[in-house]
Amino acid sequence: MATTLKINGTPHQVNLPDDVPLLWVLRDEVGLTGTKFGCGVAACGACTVHIDGEAVRSCQVALSDVWGDVTTIEGLGTPEAMATIQKSWVDHQVAQCGYCQSGQIMQAAALLSENPTPTDSEIDDAMQGNLCRCGTYPRIRAAIHDAAAKLREA
Amino acid sequence: MASIGKILRRTFLIGSAAVVGGVAFGAYYVSRPAANPLKPGEGETVLSPFVMIDQEGVTLFAPRAEMGQGVMTTWAALIAEELDVELDQIRVLHGPAAAAYYNSALVGEGLPNKGYDISNFQHNLGEALGVLGRTLSLQVTGGSTSMKDGFERMRMAGATARETLKQAAAEKLNIDRDQMTTENGAVVAPDGTRIPYTELAEAAGQIDPPEVTLRDPSEWRLLGQPQQRLDTPGKSTGTAEFGIDVRPEGIMFASVRMNPKLGGAMNSFDAGAAKSMPGVEKVVDLGTGVAVIATNTWLAIQAVEAIEVDWGDAPYPPENDQLFAQIAAAFDDQPNSTMRDDGDVDAVREGVTEITAEYSVPYLAHSTMEPMNATALYSGGKLELWCGNQAPTLIRMRVANIAGLDTENVEIHTTYLGGGFGRRGELDFGEIATKVAMAMPGTPIQTTWSREEDMRHDFYRPAAMARMRGAVKDGKAVVIDGKVASQSCTHQAVQRVTGFAGGGPDKVLVEGFFNQPYAVPNYRMSGHVADLAVPVGFWRSVGNSHNGFFHETFMDEMAHAAGQDPLEFRLELTKSEHAPSAGCLQAVKEMSGWTGKTPSGVGRGVALTYSFGTPVAQVIEVVDEDGTIRIKKAWIACDVGLALDPATVQAQMIGGMIYGLSAAVQGEITFADGEVEQYNFPDYDALRMHNAPKTEVRILETNKHLGGVGEPGTPPSMPALGNALFDLTGQRARSLPLNKQFDLLV
Repeated sequence: MATTLKINGTPHQVNLPDDVPLLWVLRDEVGLTGTKFGCGVAACGACTVHIDGEAVRSCQVALSDVWGDVTTIEGLGTPEAMATIQKSWVDHQVAQCGYCQSGQIMQAAALLSENPTPTDSEIDDAMQGNLCRCGTYPRIRAAIHDAAAKLREA
Repeated sequence: MASIGKILRRTFLIGSAAVVGGVAFGAYYVSRPAANPLKPGEGETVLSPFVMIDQEGVTLFAPRAEMGQGVMTTWAALIAEELDVELDQIRVLHGPAAAAYYNSALVGEGLPNKGYDISNFQHNLGEALGVLGRTLSLQVTGGSTSMKDGFERMRMAGATARETLKQAAAEKLNIDRDQMTTENGAVVAPDGTRIPYTELAEAAGQIDPPEVTLRDPSEWRLLGQPQQRLDTPGKSTGTAEFGIDVRPEGIMFASVRMNPKLGGAMNSFDAGAAKSMPGVEKVVDLGTGVAVIATNTWLAIQAVEAIEVDWGDAPYPPENDQLFAQIAAAFDDQPNSTMRDDGDVDAVREGVTEITAEYSVPYLAHSTMEPMNATALYSGGKLELWCGNQAPTLIRMRVANIAGLDTENVEIHTTYLGGGFGRRGELDFGEIATKVAMAMPGTPIQTTWSREEDMRHDFYRPAAMARMRGAVKDGKAVVIDGKVASQSCTHQAVQRVTGFAGGGPDKVLVEGFFNQPYAVPNYRMSGHVADLAVPVGFWRSVGNSHNGFFHETFMDEMAHAAGQDPLEFRLELTKSEHAPSAGCLQAVKEMSGWTGKTPSGVGRGVALTYSFGTPVAQVIEVVDEDGTIRIKKAWIACDVGLALDPATVQAQMIGGMIYGLSAAVQGEITFADGEVEQYNFPDYDALRMHNAPKTEVRILETNKHLGGVGEPGTPPSMPALGNALFDLTGQRARSLPLNKQFDLLV
């Protein structure tokens, strides 16, 4: 049965069983590989995307349950036209291996849309579901504060 | 073209070769013993390119795997420093040089001009891989060696390219080469005429490179400064390509299940249910496991999990306590090595205080963020393999063997690595993907392991135990007598790669144990090898990862027995033995405002480990927050000799520490019924944003040698935390993980 998803503003017809998680629809069907597979059990945050602006773990959302418009890291900005938060990520040289960073950025973007002035402890609460094995946490924190400041100025 | 075999300098021989419309500069490696390595005969040298220039532009090869350690950027900076190009105006290909070369289309399939023997060049490059495969240090990204290895050779390649381009310009303008200067990708003549490198490349390919000298560090404009990493834009926009992201035309997706009783046989399987599941294309019998090829990775995972398999037993004792009993039994055997035996530890001494302690640490998984995967396309006589890997030449030889092909018919594409930590130096993921792809020739197949499969089929950091005996007198250390027992990663790795049993003294087993920079007059350190078939491998900092904990926890116990402050005690013992180590201790003392006293509810611990040529001292502070202990702050000082990119060094020091602290707090792989009991991150977690400490790093540069940075941050973190917990609670941590003994914030 074909399902239509709106992803990064573009409608996509998807022919997959209803229970296939959004993560695998994006990666293997639509070809948007920026969203990463880390654990499959919502324990690492690597697969975080937005549905109607809310950060969700795409490994836990079945295709038939996608309730709104999907935004992935590719929809946030591109190397040529980065979103403010992505620029802050580059300015603070956050990434090491980089594999978890799509999820980190999507989670942080959702945080900033709800809370333009997060404290350290609010950042802790919002970001602790996102695992990074390289230990980039100090720079993630700095980049979030930096993006928050730039978004306030904008 | 420049003659193959042109030798400019000592052991790394920088030369050039013409390529289509341009020139390549690189290192020649002696491929077989030559009577005179400075005058090799025909076929005795091969070129591995580091710089290639043609009409399209300048391409630098950073022939190391980028797994987050910044090697791509720093290696490119080494070349760019001498070549006078800007990092943002050139193309940098990472991964092994040969794979980049094959990808680059710089040398096409035809022979566009007669003067150049492409097939010979390609052949030579292929031969280089064989040569390099035998010299692991040149081709494996690991052991914190990249900068030590590349430091001089990359700059020589850049300088050679620069001077050859100047010579080409000199001949064109009929002006002496020494009148020419270079700037931002162009040669500049005295009258200001600028000729871009791209326009000189073809002529440069016809010139024998002149002899060059390296610039004095005082002239450096890139090295020693933090660079904008070249990989961050891609990694901040989801466009950086990891192994799991490659999408060759017509790709299909697979997942795999191997025997969870590691190394055991597969007796039989029933795939009846799996075959009719949605999206399933094929079930593949791998002999020791099964795979399913499907139209979607998730559908493949569902189907492969639906296969009923009768697994054979593990070739090791099935229960965790039996494994530890066997490790402990190794203490009764003759030591495999005693690499330090100073003074006489056995002499009877009057008036000393003796202490003994036994320590143990568990097996650990690497747990990279990107689960193991590889993509293979097998088309009869050829094989292509895409994956993040730390050992391209080894994996190439292995998969060639699996496919029954010569290595020249196997092409390896090294992508970014979603974490390595030693796991991607293994070959199993490439081997399995090759076998799966061979079941469907002509179709590229990506085989992705579930997280559970990844965590339960690792080559684990071996569990280890130590028995320590020491003596102090008048506040000073008199004796340290230590034994460590563990499986030997080295012996197993040699067996896996070569097929022959590894043997002999294993230095890796005792690194971080016998070679610590303390002036203790009677000092004996031995290693005992436990013979177990649990798969073990190289985990960030390897033997140092357990020995750092053993040695530095014991040093703390010694200091307390001697009635000394643990930091001052170490400082006293390192001063005369190794000044850079003492310097690191002094630095963390200053940074943390160490007084040896902590208020109630606060604990501090210190540790020092010398590994991979770099001493690292760390102070960790823990606080009791209503009964839960938080790791609040950390101070790190390292002496790397020369920090080529201080931002990268800092990131590696913090990351290495967090990797170690994660293991110390909650990392543990255990066995029951022969199977690993941890499946996924909820069973094997790591530090996260809320429980990682605020950290300050100081980088010292007094060490005489260029030290490694990727691993040395890991070993001292575990004992520093244990020692801090002792300071806070009075309870000594003698085994890991610490959450079994302390209520740590997780």
